[in-house]
Amino acid sequence: MEHPILFINLLLEKLGIHVPAQPHSLADFLLQPHVTYTWVIMLLLVCLSALAARSLKMVPEGGQNFFELVVTGIEDFMISVTGEEGRFMFPLIASLGFFILCSNYLGVIPGFASPTANINTTAACALIVVFMTHVLGVKFHGVKYIKHFMGPVWWLTPLIFPIEIVSHLSRILSLSIRLFGNIFGEELVLSILFFLAGLYLAPVPMMMLGLFTGLVQAFIFCLLSMMYFAGAIEHAH
Amino acid sequence: MKKVGFFTILLVLGLSCAAFAADGDVKSSAIGFFSYAALAAGLAIGIAAQGCGIGQGIAVRGAVEGIARNPETSGKVTVTMLIGLAMIESLSIYALVVALILIYAHPISSSISAFVGLPK
Repeated sequence: MEHPILFINLLLEKLGIHVPAQPHSLADFLLQPHVTYTWVIMLLLVCLSALAARSLKMVPEGGQNFFELVVTGIEDFMISVTGEEGRFMFPLIASLGFFILCSNYLGVIPGFASPTANINTTAACALIVVFMTHVLGVKFHGVKYIKHFMGPVWWLTPLIFPIEIVSHLSRILSLSIRLFGNIFGEELVLSILFFLAGLYLAPVPMMMLGLFTGLVQAFIFCLLSMMYFAGAIEHAH
Repeated sequence: MKKVGFFTILLVLGLSCAAFAADGDVKSSAIGFFSYAALAAGLAIGIAAQGCGIGQGIAVRGAVEGIARNPETSGKVTVTMLIGLAMIESLSIYALVVALILIYAHPISSSISAFVGLPK
C-alpha cells in the first residue's frame, strides 16, 4: 500500500525527528501516527472544554450551552440504560465517546489519519470497557459476582460457565474489531477511490458516508459499554 | 442450478492446483497459497454481504411497518432501527477484517514467500 502523506509526520520531519515506517523501539512506537494523532485529539478536546468552561454562567450561552446540551443528553441516555447506580461511570463513557467521535472524524480530513483506524487504539478502548465491567461487578456484588456466570439453575453450570467466559472474552474482540473494521475500511476505500479517480472528486460521497458511520460507530461503542455496565451492576437471574 | 455452477467452478479451481503440482515441484504449488488467499478474501466479503443485506432489509422492513402503523413514534423507531443496523453490519465488518488479514497481513505469507524465493 502506498505511504500516506500525514501533516504531523511532515511537521516532525521539519523539527528534525524522523518517523520510521517500521517501528522497532519504544521511541519509534511513540512517533507512529496513531499515537501522535491521539495527542492532537487530546489537545483539541482539552482546549475546547477549557474554552467552554472558562466563564460559567447560570444561564448558559455559546460554547457552554452546546456542551451542556451534549453532556446532559448523554448523561440522561446513560441513566436510562444503566439506572441511577451507574451515574459515576458517566465520565468514562463520555470521554470514550468524545475521543472516538473526534478520531473518527479526524481521518476524513485529507492529510490526517484516525487513531481508531489502528487496531491498537480500538483494542485499548475495548479492554478498558471490559475490564471496568468486571471491576464494577466485583464492586457491586463482591464475591457473589461469580453468580453472573453460573446460569439460571445450578446443574447447568458446567455448561454455562465456559460459554459465559468465552462470551466475555468475545466482547473485547467484537468491540475492538467493529470499530477498527468500520474506520479502517472507510480509510481504505477513500484511498483506493482517490487513487482511481481523485481528479473527479470520487471520494466525496464516501466521505459523507464516513461522517455518518463515524457518528454511528461512536454511539454504538458507548451504547454497548453502557449495556455491559448495566449487565454487571444488575442482579443475576 | 446455480449451486451446481458454483460447485463446478470451485472443483475446477481446486483441480488446477493438482495440475501445478504435477510437474513435481513443491514450490509452484506453494505459490497457489496466494491465489487461494485472494479467492478466499473475495468470497468472504461476498458471502458476508449476502447475509448482512438480507438481515438489514428485514430490520428496515420492521421499522417502516412500525412507523406506518404509528407515525408518532417515528423518532424512537428510527433510532432503534439505526442501532440494529449497526449491530448487523458489524458481522459483515468481521468478514472484512478477515479478508484484510488474508490479503495484507497473513502470518504465513512471509514464510511462504521466503520458501518460494520471492522478496517479502
